[in-house]
Amino acid sequence: MSLVNFTTREITCKIVYYGPGRSGKTTNLHYIYGRVPDSRRGRMVSLATQTDRTLFFDFLPIDLGQISGFSTRFQLYTVPGQVYYNATRRLVLQGADGVVFVGDSQARQLDENLESLQNLQSNLLEHGVDIRTIPLVLQYNKQDLPRELILPPADLDDALNFRGVPSFGADALHGRGVFESLKGISELVLKKLATGTTA
Amino acid sequence: MTSALNPKYSFDSFVVGAANRLAVTAGRTVAESPGAAYNPLFIYSGSGLGKTHLLMAVGHAAKRAAPKLNIEYLTLDEYVEAFHASVAAGQGDAFRRRFQNVDVLLVDDVQFLTNRKEMQSELLRLTEALQAAGRQIVLTSDRPPPDIADLDERLISRLSGGLVVDMGTPDYETRVAILRRKAEERGARFEPGVLETVAQAEVGNVRELMGALNRLVAFQAVNDTSINAETVKQILGLVGEEGGAAPPGDGRTPAAAKGGKAGGTGGGDEFGEFLADVTVTVGKAVEAWRARVGEAVLRWEGEGYRTHRLEALLQRDAPAAVDAAIAAFAEDVERLKALEEEVAELDPQAAGQSVFRDPERLSEAEDAAAKVRGGAAPPPGPSAAFPLAAFAVGPSNQVAVSAARAALERPGKKYNPLVLVGKSGLGKTHLLNAIGLELTRGKRAVVACLSTQAFIDELIAAIDGDRVDWWRARYRRATALLLDDIHLLAGKERTQEELFNLFNLLQDKDRQLVFTAPAHPNTLSGLEERIVSRLEGGLVAELKEPDRDVKRAVLERLLAQQSTNPEPALIDYLADRPTDSVRSLVGLLQRVVGAAAAQDGPLSAGLAREVLEGQAPRDTRRGSGFRASGLVVSSLGGIKSREKVVWDWVDAADRVIEDFR
Repeated sequence: MSLVNFTTREITCKIVYYGPGRSGKTTNLHYIYGRVPDSRRGRMVSLATQTDRTLFFDFLPIDLGQISGFSTRFQLYTVPGQVYYNATRRLVLQGADGVVFVGDSQARQLDENLESLQNLQSNLLEHGVDIRTIPLVLQYNKQDLPRELILPPADLDDALNFRGVPSFGADALHGRGVFESLKGISELVLKKLATGTTA
Repeated sequence: MTSALNPKYSFDSFVVGAANRLAVTAGRTVAESPGAAYNPLFIYSGSGLGKTHLLMAVGHAAKRAAPKLNIEYLTLDEYVEAFHASVAAGQGDAFRRRFQNVDVLLVDDVQFLTNRKEMQSELLRLTEALQAAGRQIVLTSDRPPPDIADLDERLISRLSGGLVVDMGTPDYETRVAILRRKAEERGARFEPGVLETVAQAEVGNVRELMGALNRLVAFQAVNDTSINAETVKQILGLVGEEGGAAPPGDGRTPAAAKGGKAGGTGGGDEFGEFLADVTVTVGKAVEAWRARVGEAVLRWEGEGYRTHRLEALLQRDAPAAVDAAIAAFAEDVERLKALEEEVAELDPQAAGQSVFRDPERLSEAEDAAAKVRGGAAPPPGPSAAFPLAAFAVGPSNQVAVSAARAALERPGKKYNPLVLVGKSGLGKTHLLNAIGLELTRGKRAVVACLSTQAFIDELIAAIDGDRVDWWRARYRRATALLLDDIHLLAGKERTQEELFNLFNLLQDKDRQLVFTAPAHPNTLSGLEERIVSRLEGGLVAELKEPDRDVKRAVLERLLAQQSTNPEPALIDYLADRPTDSVRSLVGLLQRVVGAAAAQDGPLSAGLAREVLEGQAPRDTRRGSGFRASGLVVSSLGGIKSREKVVWDWVDAADRVIEDFR
């Protein structure tokens, strides 16, 4: 997919929120949706089960308008976190320009985080993408939970962030760290513009 | 020392507005009648509001009104520099006289007088002198005289004594006028409302305004689309009118502002901030590739390469894989460099071709290089007939052989040049070729090993064929040059000249040079002094008359070739016979062998004694055409040396032997 199209003067960034089930990917999108002015956002498509688990994916298009003469659009996607939806995850991941890995800060979820991260790596590889080359940020969500239940970002960094990518502690429900993560990933993605590639 | 007046800075190009009307009027008045109205005229304003422009405009107008006037414009720094230089040269008075003869003195940036007591008094003196002589002085500063720190009271009163005027920031109308005029000067056209929008931005000075205009002009030129009032704000990073003015470059866009409003509370700001961030990042990224291409163009252009390909890239809107393009370009340039280097070694003239400077014509360059490569056949190499192993070593040639071995160990570094001297027939040619053979074993070795005569003949042929460059290139490639019988250069001025150059070139590159000569170079006649001294600069190793060891070794080798089984006494007998060279020894042996063949008898010491002592010894004469080396010299080689040619056949037996061989 074309990230920067100099002919039509468009920039389109596809950002995928990835992570284990119930880590708060959709919550991220909801928060963003709530903060984006009506005129700037498209309809948020959410295919969810009755229990509000993401069945297929969430999709939130944001129109940032003209930036430096480019009409700039962000497309935010989430993947279903549950293990058995891997085919969907792989599909959503296709053509992603950047990935926000939303991890669950709860100590007992650490293994799920690791597993999901490995899953991300293998799914990217299926698309011929090296996880080391794609823009990636980590978000440690649910930092608002009681201290004894969660791991602090520093510990999570030790456990998950072995590539040293930007990481953000977050509380998606109340919005802390949500836009920080989005900014972080946007910056990485847009910096890839600097390589001037139109894939 | 003093700056010339910039012709662009005249009153005509100065946009007058309310903020600077007084200063301009004063300036005009002063220019019309220097020294009469306001003297000194002191103009101050913030940076970038036109002080220098006005000052130069005064100069231009005064010059136009009275062309004979002596007008000097200089900045205070230049004034100080000039003063120091004059004082250092002991010409302080001349300096003062010089400025006292100026009719209109224009001094820019006098605020730098701070902490320069000496200059202050100098300027005070000058101002007094000029005023007394009715000459005009105009000064500018970024602040009024009393505000210039540490300024002499007398100077303050003196400077304030004329007229002190200031220029303020231009108002909106003036800004629009300035923008219009500048846009017109640049031949840039903008849609209505664009310049007005720019002018609405609250800028601190005219320079910033020019900066904004430059960005618009550049943007329009680059994007080939005309800008409208709306996009201006985005380009310049201004917030909307409703938001009032903001300093440029804060990265906020109308979208951001609107976003803020729609979102209402703090949440909306988050999006606004995000948008602002993204805007900055995109702005950097989108334009970054242009910057990188521009850098690449500058770099390669600076190195003398043509850069159409990159320039074409800049013309385009959709540069697919800019970095790959730059990298490919750099790669092509590297290839060109390598080709050029290679060609330069082969043929320096061919390397000058423009094709080696144009990556678009890389394939042509490859072809050209291939041509040069093909054309420059390697120079003649050593003869394989003379392996070092076959060279007989004894005390008589020990020095030369060990010198040769030392040179082989570190070619070009130990003995360079190595000159082997000795009489004819002592094995110089053999040793020379042997060295050459050993040198060819080196990696990428190109060993030129030939007789001097062949060298001369090649040069003559090259001159004849008008390809001397090609000839030179052949030898310049050589990693070693070995010339036999260097004394043949005698009287060959052109060859000596060429050899001299080649010698220097090869020696500079630490390439081994070996020569042979019949005698020490300084005893050779007809050689230029510069050649002789260079030959002497290395090691001159002498080969002496063969000793018994050498003789035995030679005889054993030759007899082994005969594949007969001679009696050992024969070798002893022959080795003991006095001979002055290996060649005459070979001659003796040949005679014995010939006699044995004629008698169909065995090779024996007795036969040898019979053959050799039965008649008068003929050692003093060159009995045969054999060289000790056994090398048959082709007549095409143009051997003219008496030693190399059989001038007379001594007798039929010798003749038979010659035919037999």
